[in-house]
Amino acid sequence: MGSLPETEHPVKALGYAARDISGVLSPINFSRRETGDEDVRFKVSYCGVCHSDLHSVKNEWSNAKYPVIPGHEIVGVVTEVGSKVKKVKVGDKVGVGCMVGSCHSCDQCASDQEQYCLKMVQTYNDATMTTYGGYSDHMVANEHFIISWPENLPLDGGAPLLCAGITVYSPMRYYGLDKPGMHVGVVGLGGLGHVAVKFLKALGVKVTVISTNPKKKEEAISNLGADLFLVSHEQAQMQGAVGTMDGIIDTVSADHPLVPLIGLLRPNGKLVLVGAPTKPHEIPAFPLLFGRKLVGGSLIGGIKETQEMIDFAAKHNITAAIELIPIDYINTAMERLAKADVRYRFVIDVANTLK
Amino acid sequence: MAQTTPNHKLTVSGWAAHDATGVITPYVFKRRVNGDNDVTIKILYCGICHTDIHHIKNDWGNTMYPVVPGHEITGVITEVGINVKGFKIGDKVGVGCLAASCLKCEFCRNSEENYCDKIQFTYNGIFWDGSITYGGYSEMLVADHRYVLHIPENLPMDATAPLLCAGITVYSPMIDNNLHRMIERRVGIVGLGGLGHVAIKFAKAFGHRVTVISTSPSKEVEARKLLGADDFIISTDPKQMQSNTRTLDFILDTVAAPHSLGPILELLKVNGTLVLVGAPDKPLELPSFPLIFGKRAVKGSMTGGIKETQEMLNFCGENNITCDIETVTSDKINEALTRLAKNDVKYRFVIDIAGKNSSL
Repeated sequence: MGSLPETEHPVKALGYAARDISGVLSPINFSRRETGDEDVRFKVSYCGVCHSDLHSVKNEWSNAKYPVIPGHEIVGVVTEVGSKVKKVKVGDKVGVGCMVGSCHSCDQCASDQEQYCLKMVQTYNDATMTTYGGYSDHMVANEHFIISWPENLPLDGGAPLLCAGITVYSPMRYYGLDKPGMHVGVVGLGGLGHVAVKFLKALGVKVTVISTNPKKKEEAISNLGADLFLVSHEQAQMQGAVGTMDGIIDTVSADHPLVPLIGLLRPNGKLVLVGAPTKPHEIPAFPLLFGRKLVGGSLIGGIKETQEMIDFAAKHNITAAIELIPIDYINTAMERLAKADVRYRFVIDVANTLK
Repeated sequence: MAQTTPNHKLTVSGWAAHDATGVITPYVFKRRVNGDNDVTIKILYCGICHTDIHHIKNDWGNTMYPVVPGHEITGVITEVGINVKGFKIGDKVGVGCLAASCLKCEFCRNSEENYCDKIQFTYNGIFWDGSITYGGYSEMLVADHRYVLHIPENLPMDATAPLLCAGITVYSPMIDNNLHRMIERRVGIVGLGGLGHVAIKFAKAFGHRVTVISTSPSKEVEARKLLGADDFIISTDPKQMQSNTRTLDFILDTVAAPHSLGPILELLKVNGTLVLVGAPDKPLELPSFPLIFGKRAVKGSMTGGIKETQEMLNFCGENNITCDIETVTSDKINEALTRLAKNDVKYRFVIDIAGKNSSL
């Protein structure tokens, strides 16, 4: 027997939810648990709009449990802490990303890779528990999954780092594409891609942006600091860059061919997939064999790593380039996001517009 | 018409395919005279690699007919050029896939000649003098000494021949992925053929627990009893595959037929790597979800450098590792190729080139 979102838990909450596969969001009254001994409760200031939110509300992954209250790039100010909480106190700024729970006993949890725990709990629309995300007035989460927010990092521009940021930061470190003097390509200049360029430049890496849209070149080079720009369907350009890159971070979730990207890699080069098209890729073996090249995947990042990434961003003054929107603009924002019409992340001004 | 240069004065008997029908017939051709950097090798044995079939039949569209295949060659040195150090007449040697490389790039200087972008292969390649290279299905070979390996004294020349390609092809990625420095890892081997059976031996010698992943249930008994595999999974059995998800640290995929990598990737633990060494002629299906939701990687690997090949042979000498072979005389090459195409060999054919029943 299910219980209504409104009455399932003791503490009333207000949010925006999608109720069916149209994906249209509208206000919802729901409820959250009380602040447990290990919990941190915070008023949401801002929440980033991730493409995953769009996939979820439209049930594109066939796993939506309506009503879906999305949002996993959440920042705010602590209002209450449980008796055992040590990490933060009332008044501190905090963030929560894509995870709010894990088993804490498997190999993955033990090695700070909670995102690969088979019992990982997602911040919203989790498969086994009912979870509601950051398009809401407040959040409560276990201390372990709370990110401490550095004083000098803006909340609005920093919110998207909690998903987009960690999703590109984690593979840069894991696959070793973070050494000064390396040459790394970034495929797709959207929410993830633009942050990847910023991180890589801060690490002293030479960056080539690979995009289907020639109009993005100017901004890539002038605003984001990319060194080079390739239009992926321009044969001559791609041919000229063959065998020049140590690695590529591929953020694109639409179907696209991998072979031209593998060709851009030097021997021992690595192509890392963080975007997940639904249709499998098809790759001939030879491009990988000739040059001992690698295609790997990566999923967000662990909590320890997310904190490290936020601290790195604060140190290097890296934030996402955002378009701040009132919450009642969310449906228009989703339509624009579906057409990639945003530079480069929508962020909802929750505290000021969700009433 | 075979391509030769003026210094190709030595008449050699061998076996070649003349077109994509893939029939091998006796063929007389010319090789270069032994140069200052060369050694001349009387060939005793040559392994039959699946790549030979691909070239014979022009599967990859790049065969220069007539093609004399063979890149798993063992023999005895009969002549040594004046610049040659480290080899003398009478030495037991082997030649694998590599005939020439640029010798200058970072890969050549690091003895990773196999990744030099000017690499030329032992057959169907173009040597420095512009001539087409002809391989080990022949009575003798002239090779630049920098691409020749010593065969350890205690290893038999016939069962060692396939190590020159199959052996190094599986050894190199194991070293690249540090399997020689770790102990008791769970290693998966996909495909139990020429490459797969040697891979099992290496993985066991390195101290790991080996799981064979195969489509053939009939191979299980030998895999366990003869080769020492610890586990055996039928890849077409969904229940077995499901119950083995996230169990393996490393998988070596030796299969040359097209197949989907998705189910195999799910066998890998988080952070696991699957190395592809087989080269199907059609693209492989690679879904991104198993990679992303497990931080897994697929990596390619192609033979190995000369230094590493020598290390591999020395390792085999120290650990008494050779291949399980079926020897054929040279008049039976076509039958062997037909059986190999059906996977009907345990586990590598080796041509007895110099044997008394040969047609030479």
